[in-house]
Amino acid sequence: MHRDMSVKEAERKIAEKSMNIQPRVKVSATNLNFFYGKLQALHDVSLDMEENRVTALIGPSGCGKSTFLRTLNRMNETIPGTRLEGTVTLDGRNIYREFDEPSQIRTRVGMVFQKSNPFPKSIYENVAYGLRVNGIKEKHLIDQVVEESLKRAALWEEVKDKLDHSAFMLSGGQQQRLCIARALAVRPEVILMDEPASALDPISTSRIEDLIAELKNSFTIVIVTHNMQQAARVSDYTAFFFEGQLIEAGETQQMFTRPGIKKTEDYITGRFG
Amino acid sequence: MATRAFVTDNPAPVETLSFRPKSSGVIPRGLTFLAVLLILLILAIIMGSIVWGGAGVVSWDFLSSPPEDGMEAGGVFPAIFGTVALVLLMVIAVVPIGVLTAIFMQEYTTPDSRFTRLIRVAINNLAGVPSIVFGLFGMGFFIAFVGGGLDTLFFSNSDGPVWGQPAIIWAALTLALLTLPVVIVSTEEALKTIPRELKEASYALGGTRLQTIWRVIVPQAMPGIFTGAILAISRGAGEVAPIMFTGAAYYLPYLPTKLNDQFMELGYHIYVMATQSPDIEKTKPILFGTVLVLLLLTFALNSVAVVIRSRMRKSRADAS
Amino acid sequence: MRELKFKPKSKLREFLGEKFIAVNAMVALIAILLIFVFIFKEALPVFTDPEVQEEASVGKMLFKQEYYEGRDPKFSWQPNSEVPKFSLYPLFLGTIKAALIAMLVAIPLGVGSAIYSSEFAGRRTREIIKPAIEMLAAIPSVVLGFFALMILATFLQDTFGLLFRLNAINAGIALGLAVVPIIFTVAEDAMTSVPRELRDAAIALGANPWQVSITMVLPAAMPGIAAGIVLGFGRAVGETMIVLMASGNAAIVSGSFVESIRTFSATIAAELAEVVFGDTHYTVLFFIGSLLFIFTFIINLAGDMILDRLKHRLQGKTR
Repeated sequence: MHRDMSVKEAERKIAEKSMNIQPRVKVSATNLNFFYGKLQALHDVSLDMEENRVTALIGPSGCGKSTFLRTLNRMNETIPGTRLEGTVTLDGRNIYREFDEPSQIRTRVGMVFQKSNPFPKSIYENVAYGLRVNGIKEKHLIDQVVEESLKRAALWEEVKDKLDHSAFMLSGGQQQRLCIARALAVRPEVILMDEPASALDPISTSRIEDLIAELKNSFTIVIVTHNMQQAARVSDYTAFFFEGQLIEAGETQQMFTRPGIKKTEDYITGRFG
Repeated sequence: MATRAFVTDNPAPVETLSFRPKSSGVIPRGLTFLAVLLILLILAIIMGSIVWGGAGVVSWDFLSSPPEDGMEAGGVFPAIFGTVALVLLMVIAVVPIGVLTAIFMQEYTTPDSRFTRLIRVAINNLAGVPSIVFGLFGMGFFIAFVGGGLDTLFFSNSDGPVWGQPAIIWAALTLALLTLPVVIVSTEEALKTIPRELKEASYALGGTRLQTIWRVIVPQAMPGIFTGAILAISRGAGEVAPIMFTGAAYYLPYLPTKLNDQFMELGYHIYVMATQSPDIEKTKPILFGTVLVLLLLTFALNSVAVVIRSRMRKSRADAS
Repeated sequence: MRELKFKPKSKLREFLGEKFIAVNAMVALIAILLIFVFIFKEALPVFTDPEVQEEASVGKMLFKQEYYEGRDPKFSWQPNSEVPKFSLYPLFLGTIKAALIAMLVAIPLGVGSAIYSSEFAGRRTREIIKPAIEMLAAIPSVVLGFFALMILATFLQDTFGLLFRLNAINAGIALGLAVVPIIFTVAEDAMTSVPRELRDAAIALGANPWQVSITMVLPAAMPGIAAGIVLGFGRAVGETMIVLMASGNAAIVSGSFVESIRTFSATIAAELAEVVFGDTHYTVLFFIGSLLFIFTFIINLAGDMILDRLKHRLQGKTR
């Protein structure tokens, strides 16, 4: 299956090249410094993330990769006592300056969390939540979007007859795909994933990875992972974080075969972390 | 620490330590168990004597009819009615304020901020103010200041005071202040157990803080809020000192129907019958019956609260 | 795919919502301040109004007074006599006597059962003890007062042949029952929050479980137990209905515990209904209320501070 995918992938890249499509920068972080109180968690991080690509953030735990991810949809602001310096832009617009309400940016930059976190509501209501808080009231439109989102998250066939069941009835892998469907329902442009498969078994993990490969055709994806193989499998670009600094970033293939910096190589080959 | 005794008359190798055999700890165990037994015994005596004295009296008739013959006969219906009306008004006032306070403390501030600490001190102290001081306050603030103020502003033509007199609304508001810490603490306990991930999920979908509070946090905290309300009712239904000057009446030939009516109340009724009755022997059965009713009411409410709370804890434990 | 038209978020609504919630959160703070202001306002004439001071200045309330010419000066609380007497000393004595007995009852019962529950009890026993204590806490004070008045008083009088049915001991015991749950809850909480590692360390050195309790846990939790006792004392001083019903309410200056007493709180409860709004008696009752308020305020602040420190220490944090 993976071989299959990489063939498709290669074909697409060739096609893009022949049509001379330059990947466009979707999200760009510049000179980010981030503080929890007095503790500095990010040091001058700059990174571009391209449209319809998967960017993987790797590094040992506590290296700032999740913190960085959370600055991309202003989730960091939900933790009191934190402070951010630097800029993050979405399509060239500063998300901290040009949007009044942090919630506006979060409908365009969606997020999937490490632990699946469905609301204690029905499957349907979980997916509909994002629509409801954004003022969508028409029943048929919500129905339509719920179905479409569950289909895109490859969950529709499994749950279409039990939409009114509690989300907790689903298995761990299904719950995580529900959370992805829930994030898709508000039709974001970017999806942030914070170790989305770390709590799942191998089969569920591979389904999530397939899903990511599928979704990148329509979305910009940024994924935090501590699993090297996963980063190698799903991502186009990889950024390596260490102690709050961005050590190295580049095409995944190159990072994993010919890393430019010794520390990256040590980490990737498993000498620490 | 184990007691070690050096064998002094044997100077030879220092490493021989002779440990005293352990005493079994019967004495501390026994003494503290005695305290437990005494408490259980006292509880049994209190409950037993009240049930013994009151069980024969409590009947449908007793619950549904008014006192007669200077409280030496008849039932306690007006007192039950007054108590229920009182605590309902109290709950309407205290629950929204208490819940919003808890939400503010848990969702809007950090525990270390100076403002939060100040409010925390106020809540703890409010819980410790003697109930009779609440009575004084209710009289000085609600009746004299607020009620009296309303009268001078809007009812200056009226013969007597309209709002500036003891009334069920003033008693209920006084009790609401007294039970405010109960509601706050109970709601906060529930809010603390809501996983951060749930709130983040809502934020990540574009939910604002208010939407997250209203659609995710409050529904999750419902059992805790309910527990707080019930505990507040149970506490409020048993308090006498705060209402004796703010609205409770010895005897009323009618039921309270307006917010500025006075009312009869079970606890106050007990106090009046027990201390002011001209012939205590005649009043005794009715008195015991009334005490039993009040006690059953408070215990029933508390049991409901305990059951909800333990279910809530259990479901949390199952979910994680 | 149909376009999703999201409603723009109203920043104003968020702002107003937050402010509304914050205002509600201030109610507790405002309430404490208002209680302070309104109780003191009514007590103020004691310091400012010469007419009130004529009968009840601070000095007159604190020291012996010569009420009738030629007779010995004495402490006396007789606000309704022809020469109104407002000495607080008899009430202070009564309050202290009742609280003392209450603590004598409540400390052994509360601390003892807390130690048993936290250190010795199995899970099943604990599931009996805790609801029992909660039940005791749920008994309205008017019911405890009723119990002391109707049953306990008779029992004490018959058993010990007392002259006065309602007295300091009778009220104190009932008061103690109201204090037990406070001491139990705070003390037990302190003991169960002693970290496992401390216990394990002592057990690893060969100590018995009960030795661990006595030598490790108890000293570590001592501030918590002390806080429980302090808070319990505050309750004993402020509690009204029990003493009002069970103490006999005679303002006597005496060292005896089997005579009637009159406490501060019961005095307010018994007399406030009869006073003329704004007169000396009214003012003095509010002055007593102020004293109770200040006293319990300090007690609560102290109790909280001890518990706060203890929590930080047991969690290994330093302030």
